[in-house]
Amino acid sequence: MTSQSRETIALASEPPRARAIARPSLRQILIALAVLVAVVVPFVLKSFFIFQLTLVMVYGLAILGLNLLTGFNGQFSLGHSAFYGIGAYTAAILMEQLDIAYYWTLPCAGAVCFLVGFLFGFPALRLQGLYLALATFALATAMPQILKFHPLEPWTGGVQGIVILKPDPPSGVPLNADQWLYFFTLAVLLVMFAGAANLATSRTGRAIMAIRDHPIAAATMGINTALYKTLTFGVSALYTGVAGALGAIAIQFVAPDSFTFLLSVSLLVGLVVGGVGSIPGSLFGGVFVLFVPNIAERVSTGLAGAIYGVILLLVIYVMPSGAAGFVRFAATRLKSKGKLR
Amino acid sequence: MKKISRRSILAAAPSALVLTALPVRAEKQYGPGVTDTEIKIGNTGPYSGPASSYGTIPKAEAAYFRMLNDQGGVNGRKINFISYDDAYTPPKTVEQVRKLVEEDSVLLMLAPLGTPTNSAIQRYLNQKKVPQLFVATGATKWNDPSHFPWTMGWQPNYQSEGHVYAAYIMEHQPNGKIGILYQNDDFGKDYLKGVKDGLGDKAKSMIIVEAPYETTDPTVDSQIISMKSAGADVFVNTGIPKFAAQAIRKAAEVGWKPLHILSSVGASVGATLKPAGLENAKDLISAAYIKDPTDPQWKNDPGYQQWVAFMDKYYPEGDKTDAGNVVGPSFCQTLVQVLKQCGDNLTRENIMKEAANLHDFTVPMLLPGIKINTSPTDFAPIKQIQMARFDGERWTLFGPVLSGELSG
Repeated sequence: MTSQSRETIALASEPPRARAIARPSLRQILIALAVLVAVVVPFVLKSFFIFQLTLVMVYGLAILGLNLLTGFNGQFSLGHSAFYGIGAYTAAILMEQLDIAYYWTLPCAGAVCFLVGFLFGFPALRLQGLYLALATFALATAMPQILKFHPLEPWTGGVQGIVILKPDPPSGVPLNADQWLYFFTLAVLLVMFAGAANLATSRTGRAIMAIRDHPIAAATMGINTALYKTLTFGVSALYTGVAGALGAIAIQFVAPDSFTFLLSVSLLVGLVVGGVGSIPGSLFGGVFVLFVPNIAERVSTGLAGAIYGVILLLVIYVMPSGAAGFVRFAATRLKSKGKLR
Repeated sequence: MKKISRRSILAAAPSALVLTALPVRAEKQYGPGVTDTEIKIGNTGPYSGPASSYGTIPKAEAAYFRMLNDQGGVNGRKINFISYDDAYTPPKTVEQVRKLVEEDSVLLMLAPLGTPTNSAIQRYLNQKKVPQLFVATGATKWNDPSHFPWTMGWQPNYQSEGHVYAAYIMEHQPNGKIGILYQNDDFGKDYLKGVKDGLGDKAKSMIIVEAPYETTDPTVDSQIISMKSAGADVFVNTGIPKFAAQAIRKAAEVGWKPLHILSSVGASVGATLKPAGLENAKDLISAAYIKDPTDPQWKNDPGYQQWVAFMDKYYPEGDKTDAGNVVGPSFCQTLVQVLKQCGDNLTRENIMKEAANLHDFTVPMLLPGIKINTSPTDFAPIKQIQMARFDGERWTLFGPVLSGELSG
């Protein structure tokens, strides 16, 4: 990692906290408004769109996981599709083979992914920047193969994958299955985002960021860098794994081909577009990952890939520090204009 | 009172009219996506992603419907063919298919492509009672009308092809020692199962080497050498073109000359045999169900000439040596027959009823003698194939059209 990109990451993560302390009311009002809109939306929109929004939240959560690792701790990962896949498969296997209720699969998926992420964090300690990216890339490439691996087939279903039944809303709740899943995902999302926000502003969060900004200085201050780095890897995998489990429940199907390296790249794109080191930005990343390929396809089926590329270039050009950075920039501009008057 | 009665008579008059009109209306029944002038049909395919070479199939389908619409459509209705990219990933397929069903409200899904992608949408479409017709994959599981009454396959499935090969081996080399090369996924295992089931009790003693490969393997050389050294004298090669070609070349290099059976998946002259070296491919045995567009024997065939004319006018950028461009229009022609049989009763129920009611139907690019047949308990439209031998230049068909039905 170059020192320049470290600086941009540092810049990106500093202002929101400063603003949060200076004007907590505005931030809280905005969050409350967003939640309100999120609660009303499923009653006015079609099922299909609700399903898409559920997926946006799922990808947002997965991107948040990556964000904790890359944005806050400065470790690169191209392997988050693997954690997402492990989470999805954990949920699918628990639901289909052990008949465990869908809501219990989330903590299980989280725990499994935390463990895998934590263990993967150890070799990652010795690797920096590009080398870590390569090591995690290997993980992403290996995952679909492992899922197809013959001895594991009784559980994973091999290439055929596993079909899951969509959870019905609990009896007495006047919602359809899509609405119910939407609210379920929303609840999980709010809890996990609040958790991440808490983590980021806590002592632990400061330690995590200190390691990103200057590992040697952090170690000198008495931070156990090895422990914090591996733990961050674990927590990051946990977030992405829970997202994977939610995604599996929403899609109702898992197969090795769903969790290829391309998914990792999508998550990385979402991370950068949303804003590295921004918690709400992750959600915007989810919006981008889900909707922009569709928009590109609507413009031209044959050139969808190229149009996606053009949109991505434009977005990066207009918002070099992601959506979160753009909002911050706009806010400061408005504020300074107000002061001038 | 009088007033009221008069009014009620007036009010009753239109409803009486409606009543008398009812029998006429009963003939015109429309499901979602159908009007007097249009039928909406949904499709997904891999325009991007790892399987994007198959993206030409839905493109050829779209081209075919353009031609059909120029000719007036089906029973006066134009086909509005809506096809989205699924990048060959199951989650994207689910999203796109939900969009087609819930937003675009298509009448049915035609030939969605790929085994994992179709698996992902099968339960959803069956829950919603939307026809998932003529899926573009040869897996055996699509013929399961009792569990999935809204899903139907199209091409001969890999297992029944395996049956046909087993029967050929039993006839020509009843004491053969068989080596099988297969792709380590459901597609490869389908073949393996078909050959084994076809051999029956003799499978255990006859198959001496089962050699899987991964699509990520660089070569299959070691598999070929192990078969040769094990003394196999029958080689069932079920690889996709890249690996099938490697296997043919390697076998020739090491001087191994077994009875070499090449599955239809890898039987393309352009994609497999030319890279393998035509001289190495001589006397290969395979099976086919469509006319290979690179095969010169069809040059004067009216079905082939029709197809070339269609390609020239409506899909000139399409590759005329790619069998995908033959299969795509054939899906469409089968659907058009179903729509014709449905007449003005274009409900989803009736579509499935007529799709399961095809008798001895054929499309121009199927091999002569191969017929499409379905019934309420048989959702495998094409079950017949014909054996072919490669003479060093082209496939020459031989023997009768065979049926590899799984019940047998």
